[in-house]
Amino acid sequence: MIRVQQLTKKYGSFTAVKGISFEVAKGEVVGFLGPNGAGKSTTMKILTGFLPPTTGRVSIAGFDIFDDSVEARRHLGYLPENTPLYPEMKVGEYLRYRAALKGVASGKVRERVGDVIDLCQVKDRENQLIGSLSKGYRQRVGLADALVHDPDLLILDEPTIGLDPNQIRTVRDLIKNLAQKRTVLISTHILPEVEMMCSRVIVIHRGEIRASDTAENLRKNHRAVGELLLEARAGADALEALQSVAGVKDVTAAENGEWTNFTLRLDAKAEPGLDIMRLAAERKWEVREIHQKRATLEDVFAELTTADH
Amino acid sequence: MRTLFVQTMREVRSIFYTPVAYVVMVMLLVLLGWMFQFGVSQLNKSSTEYTVIQATFVSGLFFFILAITTSLVTMRTFSEEFRMGTIEMLTTAPVKEWQIVLSKFFGTVIFYTVAFAPSLLHFVVFDHESGGHPAAKGVGAIYSTYLMILFIAMLFISIGNLASSLVKDQVNAAVISITVKMLFLFVPLMLGVMLNVTDPRVRLLAEFVSPFSHINDATAGIIDSRRVVWYLSLTVFFLALTHHVFHSRKLKS
Repeated sequence: MIRVQQLTKKYGSFTAVKGISFEVAKGEVVGFLGPNGAGKSTTMKILTGFLPPTTGRVSIAGFDIFDDSVEARRHLGYLPENTPLYPEMKVGEYLRYRAALKGVASGKVRERVGDVIDLCQVKDRENQLIGSLSKGYRQRVGLADALVHDPDLLILDEPTIGLDPNQIRTVRDLIKNLAQKRTVLISTHILPEVEMMCSRVIVIHRGEIRASDTAENLRKNHRAVGELLLEARAGADALEALQSVAGVKDVTAAENGEWTNFTLRLDAKAEPGLDIMRLAAERKWEVREIHQKRATLEDVFAELTTADH
Repeated sequence: MRTLFVQTMREVRSIFYTPVAYVVMVMLLVLLGWMFQFGVSQLNKSSTEYTVIQATFVSGLFFFILAITTSLVTMRTFSEEFRMGTIEMLTTAPVKEWQIVLSKFFGTVIFYTVAFAPSLLHFVVFDHESGGHPAAKGVGAIYSTYLMILFIAMLFISIGNLASSLVKDQVNAAVISITVKMLFLFVPLMLGVMLNVTDPRVRLLAEFVSPFSHINDATAGIIDSRRVVWYLSLTVFFLALTHHVFHSRKLKS
């Protein structure tokens, strides 16, 4: 559905996007992650035909976004960051205008607008001026606009930014619902959101793609050091014994009454839980709790987008 | 074609959403009414060869009104889209850039047609009530005058749109637009009359490009095709320039 080849965008001497290439297959829901200034919005603006690239090619549903721009844009629905809308128009009036502009047949406009109004839950605001809507409703109207011509592809730039937790949940549920029938590329800072909604994650940093995989695989292959917490009643030699277990980098201990809380820093991909349980059995330690902390997407994101990478 | 129509209707609506539209309409009605009343009173004072439509429109005031009001109406066409960010929604819909430029132009032309239409009644009623008096000069002169006003307004609107595409601030757009129109109106006049340039070629050129002489001919019932080509060419030139500026500015946004 999306094919990006060697895409570069320069603003004067500053290179915002550096020769990135990726593909999004039909039906995929892809999260586009990156810190502020990483090149996410620039890439999205290029994908929608709003900005031209300095070099490289983009095709949407098989149509080149520059050589066959209008046809490519017919296949995509776009929700830009901040959702710019005409404040002087009423919700229904705006959506009918956008439907007609996007080529929905005259006889179908009311039906399509009715459908997206129901889908995006803005029925109760249909006759309200856009300028008087809350941010959450504006976001939903923006989504309704992106959907009104029934596009195959949705490109959503930070759709939940600036919303309160209730509004975030509503918009997130809405996107999950939409993603069932469409290809979606969504940029966001909210990592749990990506884990919940996306089948794949692309991480971009300083204009380059740092990773492209499922959230699960990214966590598995995470190079960051993991941690194992052990609460046990053990002998004085416990610290030394734990240190000798394969995969353990170092161990710290903190007294907790009769019990000791050990924190083990682990090598990448190390899974020493079983070895430690065997060791505890051999030495007759009493173990109250053992727990290995898994790397979260946040850890992966931090690792991939820190300055030294 | 449907896209152009849909976007043009949106532009017409967006003009009517602003208070400026109603201020301009009222201003036009009051000033054109006053000019008509002044023209009739002049005709009543003494015997003259002028018709009522000549007495009404052959003055600098009319062009001054046209230059200012077209600047006020067009100042927000592009600058507002860039300021609000709605240009991103507009240009990522399946719309071509030339359709956006033309829709903004036609939207304002439609607004002006609506704004000027009531003043047409002055002359139609005068013609009817005077029972074919020579000063009424028949409907032909009325229509030729309004047709010429339409051509001049089209040019002024295209200049206003260009100014709006150049800058973010609406006031700056209006200032640029008014300045260009004033130069367009008064440079030929200065060359021909005020500076008393005697070279016949310069005087001929000044007369050819001067809107004052064009409206003069039109109020006499003459529509010179050379003038029509002149205004349409300039309008197309400014629209092409607007398209170019809009495209370049979009790339930088």
